Amino acid sequence: MARRVIFGGLLCILAVVVLMAQMVRLQVVDHHHYVTLSQENRVKVVPVPPTRGLIYDRNGVLLADNRPSYRLVVTPERVPDIQRSLAEVVEIIDLPDAKRERFEDLLRRKRHFEEIPLRTRLSDEEVARFAAHRHRFPGMEVRAQLVRHYPERKHASHAVGYVGRISPSELRRIDTSRYRGTSHIGKGGIELAYENVLHGNVGFERVETNALGRVIRTLDRQPPEPGNDLILTIDSRLQDVAERALGDRRGAAIAMDPRNGEILAMASAPKYDPNIFVDGMSRDQFEQLERGSWQPLFNRAVRGRYSPASTIKPFIGLAALEKGIITADETLRCTGEFTIEGGDRPYRCWRPGGHGDVDLAAAVAQSSNVYFYKVGFELGIDAMESFLGLFSFGESTGIDLIGERVGVLPSRDWKRTNLGEGWFHGETVITSIGLGYFLATPLQLATATSTLANRGERVQPRLVRAINDGSSGEQRPLGADTPQQRIELNDQGHWEATIDAMRASVRHPRGTARLISRGLRYDLVGKTGTAQLAALDEEMEYEHEERPEHLRDHALFIAFAPADSPEIAVAVVIEHGGGGGAAAAPVARAITDAWLLHDISYLTTLEAGRVDTREVESVIETPGGAQP
Amino acid sequence: MSFTSTEYRGTELQRLSILQDRLHLDGSLLTALLALSVFGMAVLYSAFGEDIAQVQKQAVRLSVGFVALFAMAQLPPQTLRRAAPWIFAGGMVLLIAVISLGVIGQGAQRWIDLGLFRFQPAELMKIALPVMLAWLFAEGDLPPRWTRTLIALGLILIPTALIALQPDLGTALLVAASGVFVLYLSGLRWRWILGGIAAAGAAAPLLWHFVMHSYQKARVLTFLNPESDPLGAGYHIIQSKIAIGSGGLFGKGWLNGTQAHLEFIPERHTDFVLAVVAEEFGLVGVAQLMAVYLFIVGRGLYIAVNAQDNFGRLLAGGLSLTFFVYAVVNAGMISGLLPVVGLPLPLISFGGSSLVTIMAAFGILMAIHTHRRIWSS
Repeated sequence: MARRVIFGGLLCILAVVVLMAQMVRLQVVDHHHYVTLSQENRVKVVPVPPTRGLIYDRNGVLLADNRPSYRLVVTPERVPDIQRSLAEVVEIIDLPDAKRERFEDLLRRKRHFEEIPLRTRLSDEEVARFAAHRHRFPGMEVRAQLVRHYPERKHASHAVGYVGRISPSELRRIDTSRYRGTSHIGKGGIELAYENVLHGNVGFERVETNALGRVIRTLDRQPPEPGNDLILTIDSRLQDVAERALGDRRGAAIAMDPRNGEILAMASAPKYDPNIFVDGMSRDQFEQLERGSWQPLFNRAVRGRYSPASTIKPFIGLAALEKGIITADETLRCTGEFTIEGGDRPYRCWRPGGHGDVDLAAAVAQSSNVYFYKVGFELGIDAMESFLGLFSFGESTGIDLIGERVGVLPSRDWKRTNLGEGWFHGETVITSIGLGYFLATPLQLATATSTLANRGERVQPRLVRAINDGSSGEQRPLGADTPQQRIELNDQGHWEATIDAMRASVRHPRGTARLISRGLRYDLVGKTGTAQLAALDEEMEYEHEERPEHLRDHALFIAFAPADSPEIAVAVVIEHGGGGGAAAAPVARAITDAWLLHDISYLTTLEAGRVDTREVESVIETPGGAQP
Repeated sequence: MSFTSTEYRGTELQRLSILQDRLHLDGSLLTALLALSVFGMAVLYSAFGEDIAQVQKQAVRLSVGFVALFAMAQLPPQTLRRAAPWIFAGGMVLLIAVISLGVIGQGAQRWIDLGLFRFQPAELMKIALPVMLAWLFAEGDLPPRWTRTLIALGLILIPTALIALQPDLGTALLVAASGVFVLYLSGLRWRWILGGIAAAGAAAPLLWHFVMHSYQKARVLTFLNPESDPLGAGYHIIQSKIAIGSGGLFGKGWLNGTQAHLEFIPERHTDFVLAVVAEEFGLVGVAQLMAVYLFIVGRGLYIAVNAQDNFGRLLAGGLSLTFFVYAVVNAGMISGLLPVVGLPLPLISFGGSSLVTIMAAFGILMAIHTHRRIWSS
């Protein structure tokens, strides 16, 4: 072993020799070269962060811009006594406990020669006061910076998203040299999805410093390339209508142009103010926001998963027509309940006693469950799944946001993979009225409704209409570049039969959406849905209004208009809203009125609580005891 | 008179030697370590822009280090040997604990917070692994048979992979090195060693594609061509070379390094502190510093050769060579010979966690040298 040890020692000497050879090369051979460089090294390279691109709505209303902001930063290694300086600085500037807490946290995590922000958004007064007392605070400096600002505050916040401080995990993911001098990064919505477009490229400035390292003059600069501006498909006015129509209820409303997939409004309630993320907040504040008040950050429009309930009926009807199971005029008897042959469990209609003999139009309009139990059972789960799959249920719509959820289109495969069980007949029955395992996001409902409105032309929903190049100002429209496939039916007449049925749901005196037909001046077609939350005990069938709110059903409505040349498709979900016809349909009507007629009188009536829903309140479409 | 005086000096030396043995310390090693520490504080004083408070912090850390050294030196190697599997198992448990905590905390996690101070299990591994391997080999014949060799490889690979995943490439590298050195000293055939090096070379592309983080890749790419990214990672190396080169033969003098004081050298207190040394003390200063490092490793290897049993020999040799890797990799990195992996310069860089480990390792070396079993003779 001694030999090995000695050999190891020799290798150490060799390593030092190689190392010293390199040192000789640097310090003796190239010494003059480096001395020159060192003298030139009065020149510092300072990164100049790019200006983040702005976000506009489709009419040029500014949704996100940048404002100058002053912040106080601390370089810990230059501060002789941090605690004392902190104690003194609070006499000059306001320092909430949360900010101080955050600072202490960063102080532990960051290296001592890195600048740590102590306070952001100093007022002009505070800046002036600090400037007067600056000599007392070595190592503390006021820096000016452009920060993100959302002038419309809570408006369209789920679509626009927000920026926040770059987190350690993001730091690992991003190209750090591109983010030199940048403190914020997109964290949600468009700000996150289009981060690369909005950010731009860092520039740098070569500055000459004196012997103390203070900047004397700028030698040259490579200007940063500003980020690109985005023009959204959102119409700010329509967005406002959608948000106001939802009011203080929880839920989502999406309006889409079925011709090109442009999202005209994307509202999710409750809302939040993205400006609070820019400054950063304490953990408590964040948790309070996340958990305390019904998760306002959660974008229900693209991430909320709800049972589509009766809104699925037009699609099931279309499938049944197309597969030849029924014709539009054929009537089936709705007796109030349906029992699978050989089974003993009855599946109920929401209306005790049933609807009698109903054809497709009456079944959709009055939302007969038994009619759809029958055709759905006849179709079978496989045909149902493959047909509904064409309308992008159970798959991503491809919207240009990150984090879209795909819901569940139930199938034998899905159940086996996820629950490890085989499929039961009873599950086919309840799938045909959009309950059971079936889940869809409001965005998926709006997309499927658009496809229906287009008579089979599929569109990809999107939020960005055009990109304005930050340097040249040139506008580049973002078209639907990928041609979407078309759903070809054997008989084009089946589209019209289905749409006629949806028209009846609005226009027919017994239609579940008849509430919104009053004063309707264009051809709106739609379908209500009421997603049951808790199976009611049969003895305890109390009136809907008496139910505690969290047990109330989710209200849904899908619609498009005008029926013959659709310009807008809408999907609305109101959590615990009760009946789709009473709670969700008026929200859709307010939106379509505003878009097609520029008329917000329906909205104001709705906001004033003057839409009389009493007549349709009993229409809740929930089949008692239908759960498997 | 002259006779008595030499006699007097003789007893003085004898007394010192007896004192050394009683305290289980090694005078020459201790002197070298103290010299490095003092020199380090002087350099830091300059690197911190003459901020004595930071130097005092380092002094506290060094004191803790010397206490650790003294404590470890009192521990008989036989006790360490008996405890070896337990120490290693404990280290592994902590390492896994820290990783699972890190998964929960959603970020790189290396620390266990003990309230008063933070503890990094990866540091413990730098000692636990060589102790474990020395125990493993000392239990059997040398050179080891292939079964033991394979077990040893497994013992090296698992903690290294866990640390690399944290991700802490620098520490992973050192832990791996500490194990590989023991393996080498055990007398493993050259054929196998060379084969292993070839295999590692072949595995490098796999590592690149599947294991390394993008920032680690960036560092390697920057190392290959620093000018490609003058604002990003390449800035470190370029500035560091300017500082070294402009120092010349004798340096600009203590507290006079312009690169250091104008803050052109990044991380000048920690990983890049040697650039400050090179700028202010020149080639001569660097050569002297390297000579001290060589002396320390030489003394460590001397202790290894003279150890009483294979356990002591393997452990002393492994720890000494690992210490040297620290110094050489750091120096190679700041002079542009090696990619930047984030290793401090031992006993000079500002910072506490690896310092205590290094001191504890030297405590073990001294214990191996001074706790001698008395043979029947």
